[in-house]
Amino acid sequence: MTDQAHDGPILEIENLSISFFTRLREIPAVMDFSCTVQPGEAMGLVGESGCGKSTVALAIMRDLGRNGRITGGSIRFRGRELTTMPEAELRDIRGSQIAMIYQEPMASLNPAMKIGQQLMEVPIVHEGISKAEARARALEVVADVRLPDPERILKSYPHQLSGGQQQRIVIAMALMSKPALLILDEPTTALDVTVEAAVVDLVKDLGRKYGTSMLFISHNLGLVLETCDRITVMYSGEAVETGSVRDVFDKMRHPYTQALFRSIPLPGADKTRRPLIAIPGNFPLPHERPQGCNFGPRCDYFVAGRCDAADIPMFPVPGDASHSSRCIRMNEIDWDAPPAAPVKGERTPIGAPVLQVADLKKYYELRANALFGGAARVVKANESLSFEAREAETLAIVGESGCGKSTFAKVLMGLETATDGRIVLLGNEVQDTPIEKRTAQTIASVQMVFQNPFDTLNPSMTVGRQIIRALEVFGIGKTDAERRERMLQLLDLVKLPREFARRMPRQLSGGQKQRVGIARAFAGDARIVVADEPVSALDVSVQAAVTDLLMDIQRENGTTLLFISHDLSIVRYLSDRVLVMYLGHVVEIGTTEQVFSPPYHPYTEALLSAVPIADTHVKKKHIVLEGEIPSAINPPPGCPFQTRCRWKSRVPGNLCETSVPPMRQMADGHQIKCHLSEAEFAEMEPVIEIAAE
Amino acid sequence: MLTFLVRRTFVMLLTALCLTFVVFVLTNLPPNLEKLAKTEAGSRISDAEVESWLERNGFARPMLLRYGEWMGVVPGWRNEQDGKVTGRCIQPGQDPATAPRFCGVLQGYWGFSTFFKAPVGEKIAYHLGLTGILMFWVMVVMVPMALLIGVLAGMREGSRLDRTLSTFSIASTATPEYVSGVLLIAVFASSMFGLKWFKGTATGAMNDVTFENFALPVLTIALYGTGYIARMTRASMAEVMTSQYIRTARLKGLSFRTIVLRHALRNALIAPFTVIMLQFPWLLNGVVIVETLFSYKGFGWTLVQAAGNNDIQLLLGCSVVAVMVVLATQLISDIGYVLLNPRIRIS
Amino acid sequence: MQPLDWTGSLAFLNPVTMAAALALLAALLVQTVLSALAPDTPATAPTRVVAETPRALALADLAVRLLFVTLVILVLVYPMVGALLPPEQGGIIGALTRRFLPVWIALGITFALSVRYKRRLGLYGKLFDSTIGMIGFGLVMFWVFTAIFSDLIITQDVLEQVSRMKNKAPGTALPDGSGWYLLGGDHLGRDVFSRMVAGSRIVILIAPFATIFAFMVGITLGLPAGYYGGRLDSILSFLANLILAFPVILLFYLLVTPEIVQTGMPQYLAVVLFLFPIIFLLTMVNSRFRVNPPRRNLLVAVIVVLGGYVYLSLISEPDSAIAILPSAVDAISMPGNILIVFVSVVFVNAPTVFRIVRGIVMDIKTRDYVAAAQTRGERPWYIMIWEILPNARGPLIVDFCLRIGYTTILLGTLGFFGLGLSPESPDWGSTINAGRKLMTIAQHPAIVPALALMSLVLGLNLLADGLREESLRD
Repeated sequence: MTDQAHDGPILEIENLSISFFTRLREIPAVMDFSCTVQPGEAMGLVGESGCGKSTVALAIMRDLGRNGRITGGSIRFRGRELTTMPEAELRDIRGSQIAMIYQEPMASLNPAMKIGQQLMEVPIVHEGISKAEARARALEVVADVRLPDPERILKSYPHQLSGGQQQRIVIAMALMSKPALLILDEPTTALDVTVEAAVVDLVKDLGRKYGTSMLFISHNLGLVLETCDRITVMYSGEAVETGSVRDVFDKMRHPYTQALFRSIPLPGADKTRRPLIAIPGNFPLPHERPQGCNFGPRCDYFVAGRCDAADIPMFPVPGDASHSSRCIRMNEIDWDAPPAAPVKGERTPIGAPVLQVADLKKYYELRANALFGGAARVVKANESLSFEAREAETLAIVGESGCGKSTFAKVLMGLETATDGRIVLLGNEVQDTPIEKRTAQTIASVQMVFQNPFDTLNPSMTVGRQIIRALEVFGIGKTDAERRERMLQLLDLVKLPREFARRMPRQLSGGQKQRVGIARAFAGDARIVVADEPVSALDVSVQAAVTDLLMDIQRENGTTLLFISHDLSIVRYLSDRVLVMYLGHVVEIGTTEQVFSPPYHPYTEALLSAVPIADTHVKKKHIVLEGEIPSAINPPPGCPFQTRCRWKSRVPGNLCETSVPPMRQMADGHQIKCHLSEAEFAEMEPVIEIAAE
Repeated sequence: MLTFLVRRTFVMLLTALCLTFVVFVLTNLPPNLEKLAKTEAGSRISDAEVESWLERNGFARPMLLRYGEWMGVVPGWRNEQDGKVTGRCIQPGQDPATAPRFCGVLQGYWGFSTFFKAPVGEKIAYHLGLTGILMFWVMVVMVPMALLIGVLAGMREGSRLDRTLSTFSIASTATPEYVSGVLLIAVFASSMFGLKWFKGTATGAMNDVTFENFALPVLTIALYGTGYIARMTRASMAEVMTSQYIRTARLKGLSFRTIVLRHALRNALIAPFTVIMLQFPWLLNGVVIVETLFSYKGFGWTLVQAAGNNDIQLLLGCSVVAVMVVLATQLISDIGYVLLNPRIRIS
Repeated sequence: MQPLDWTGSLAFLNPVTMAAALALLAALLVQTVLSALAPDTPATAPTRVVAETPRALALADLAVRLLFVTLVILVLVYPMVGALLPPEQGGIIGALTRRFLPVWIALGITFALSVRYKRRLGLYGKLFDSTIGMIGFGLVMFWVFTAIFSDLIITQDVLEQVSRMKNKAPGTALPDGSGWYLLGGDHLGRDVFSRMVAGSRIVILIAPFATIFAFMVGITLGLPAGYYGGRLDSILSFLANLILAFPVILLFYLLVTPEIVQTGMPQYLAVVLFLFPIIFLLTMVNSRFRVNPPRRNLLVAVIVVLGGYVYLSLISEPDSAIAILPSAVDAISMPGNILIVFVSVVFVNAPTVFRIVRGIVMDIKTRDYVAAAQTRGERPWYIMIWEILPNARGPLIVDFCLRIGYTTILLGTLGFFGLGLSPESPDWGSTINAGRKLMTIAQHPAIVPALALMSLVLGLNLLADGLREESLRD
């Protein structure tokens, strides 16, 4: 607080190196990292998991834990050196001048302390103001983060708030002492897309209002584009490119940045004509980094003898002082050359329906106590679901948490039986057949790929054994030798080396585990594969490869893919038809084209607007949904979406609050569940527009 | 909250009912009864005489019925022999007509101790009081010590202080009361090192508690429990200290003291509280051992005497009290957990 | 013959050792106090500047380290040199060290092999990265080897009474000159040392086996309770809580009595308890080889025949309530009072294991690989035994070690109250009980078994701690 008058950059990091020390060795986490944040500026820090971006943030806060140590370089905050600052001074700065927001809002709030106390503590400690003043400040800031009824919020405990509200409180806490620098470490990753959009919006506004500089750490390029002025891309502990967001997005000068952009599904990408290009190889482990350029082994422009000769420094991009890149061949590469993308084979023709779902309902009864019963509450997880899926088709099921997509998957797989309605699977009605009663063949024909790669394989069984077990259960192969052979073929199918059969899951990377999961799902020649967010937990560069693999297998086998996801970018890229769910209802269904262009269901419209897109040419309509997703235990009456719908006022009377809208036929195969009139649908504008270059 | 209490109490009563029945059955097995008959009516009586003795004294009735009598929900047995009416509820020399119909635990009648020749209720109340004094001092010594050790060790996991204190608590959990008691007596109350600082027996403490006669028994029980509670507290504290909200507090710029006292402590003490309460069955163990070792005639000593002398009514009474104490502490621990933990309290 | 004193001709070292020990104690105290008062540094370990430790603390650290090394060397000199000297000069310590020679050799081989191949031995190998774990393992193995070689180690017959040796101090020579009572004589004139060594055998035999059975019961019931939840869980948990609400000592007093043995109840309980391992094995094999009937049938047959035989021979006892097998084929004989001790210890431990297993299962069953198994149509028991249980092994192994320690304490408690085991039995609990009554006259008959029991339990606790730390590391 002594040098408020400092008028240089807020934060200057120069040649920062950080290592973690274990019993065996020193693990360098960040090497030679430099960046500056000017007053009022938002700097984005982007990279895949393990690239060291969070470590940088923690180093600024000097909170590296017992094993972490800054081994070189300097961090200056308003001209004051942080790396050698004594603990007491550091405490004065933390929370008052630099504040941090992290990923898990629930975990960052003290569960046994009221929100008010947690907020008031900050100015009381740093500014020594009275309790009453602090309380007034807290009320003001809580109102600023757009939470209703601040008085009540201050009196509540963290667990009484929803995830989105908690994250707002964490933001409020960071702003209590009006810090000069705000560090946000993946602040929205744990939130749903529409909630995320609202929080991002809030952060942007508040940053402007309080004049705070921001360091925004994210793996999501789209999010960075929406929030930041400048960006630093990190790869394997190093900054590889830094510059203004526009420069880096449109005139990238590092092969990694380029590869990253080519591997994410942007509007215009298409699975047959313009497929994604995965980055080959794997992210190097910290102690296995190559000599020279860390990205070398995975780079298309790699030249032996030059790229792997010595450590490569940052070079300024000619003609642009604020843009620099860590590429020795920066000036030799033709950055505008289109990728030599392998054009994939033709789209497989879509065949006959293999799955028909009619009026499916699934209700759960929740009982307070198992032994003595108690009042039962009904959770309506699925409410009149109807659709069909055809052979070789990709049907995307889109929705946020609590929309009932996972419940549907369970009913389809036979882990639960339906409350009402029909499911016809390959000609058999299965809605009432639990999995124990299904034949091995039926079970084998519908399989699932799971979301979390770290959870999908049994940690104490070898990869080969797990696939062989699936083969045994499906009754494939007569002898152990036959099954072993088939297991090796499956590893070939998912492009994994055969020696992986003997490995334990912990020896595999996330993407490799997910491939094993896919191999296991296809062990019994599945006709329908339910993929539950199969790539959302993977890093961007791996996502493309796994998606690609799924598509390849589908093309070869004519498999029907039910692709459950909340990520509209990837859905647009790979699906043929889309089904949008909200609170157990199907609110819209149609071909990908139809769903992604007007007329929309109001929820689809908001969802489209909420998804961040990493493309400077895309113009999005700005729609922010207020409020939270209601709970399925206590859904709103009438239309499930009416509590958050921005079109509700256009519907006469209280129709939306009283009756569930009918499923309306818009065009051939396009249905919307909404009360809006034809005229209103007609006047809807597209949410996403691609500006001409 | 109210429904929770009602349900919890209901489960507790159900448990108590089951447990007392089990205890009743186990203390009233045929060999026990036979032994009782022999001690009461002479050790050389024949099997037939045993039969008839049991018959006369109401022990031959079905187990469930006798359990009901003991509980006081079934009328006590009456026998008429040679014009003289005897019965469960008829005191010797009492007019049968004035005797109550029901006499069981519910009416406050706990039976008569054959070994002490005194009503079980009185006997237990007296000895339980003595044990209460012992337990009180054990708690006074143990709880603050254990919590302090646990919190100090857990607040900086892996530090020197942590290592020293953890070693102490591991060692103390490895030392059951009969080992630590023997060692303490040998060191502090015997001629071995000549340090006769304390007394090796606590009989005197029954009338007059002094530091000299009570320090060793209290310390013996407290030591074993301390280690366990301290380790639980340490684990809980260490977990809290690595949690995200402590990092939040640290990055708010709070001092280490404030973090520990305001943010960590309350969350870290929820788990140990339950542990302390659930320690009671173990403490009861310690009490029995220590009272035997130091000949302090408390509840534990009574229990040992009752079991050793086949004093069925007394053993039954002691068991019921022990079980009820345990169940009550469980109930308190459950309620306390809910009260301490806002996450559960408000929902 | 001369009575032995503790250190023999090495007695000249005693003042030095005492001084070193006292100094170490003082230094440790100073160090602990200083480090508690030191400013907060570790959590936010600063940068290049190495944590600036206060000078006094650094000094105390150094002192502790030096004194510790000195003391260790001194303490090692007594047994090592003492063992090489003739008995009269080596003192009691030297003589004891020599008696334990087979144990030292076995320990040496075990440690040498384990350290050599520790990278290939999984969790067991990692134990040798942790000092605490190694110390614990050493203590435990010391007693295991002592139990194995006890016949070689003991100097006197366990039950032999020499009336002139009653309550005699350690190192007293026998009247006939054939040797010494190394750790003195007890109130009946028996050799305390030999009884302590023989007592280890009882503990080392019963404690691990009882714990294994408790685990079998706890796992077999805990798996379905955690996996299915609902009413089954409520009922099983209620029953477990019922047993847990009994103070252990009361349960012992109610269960471990001659009257109960008379009713044959221990055998009926054993009939149920000993069935669990067989049920568990059968379920395990059946669930795994459900898809391969011929192999399954073969394995089931083998288990039923072998397991059945062991089972029958365990439960049946000639001239008792259950005498199914003729005594000629009855391979394992467990007398009623040992059986009831065994059964009641299992009975006390099983509910806790049940609760632990149930908790872990409830956590693991939400994992995707369990869902994957469900969606490929695996039966519940396959999922419980082959998908969930192997991934619960970490905490279970740690608890297993702790629980053996706890069982050892329970066995001691039983002995202390004279329950179950016969009064002459050399087990540690009974000997402590016999010795404590004469504490004012002679302390060693109670202290020796007390220290033995403590060191074994301490070893198990340290071992568990080491295992926990190492398994958390990855």
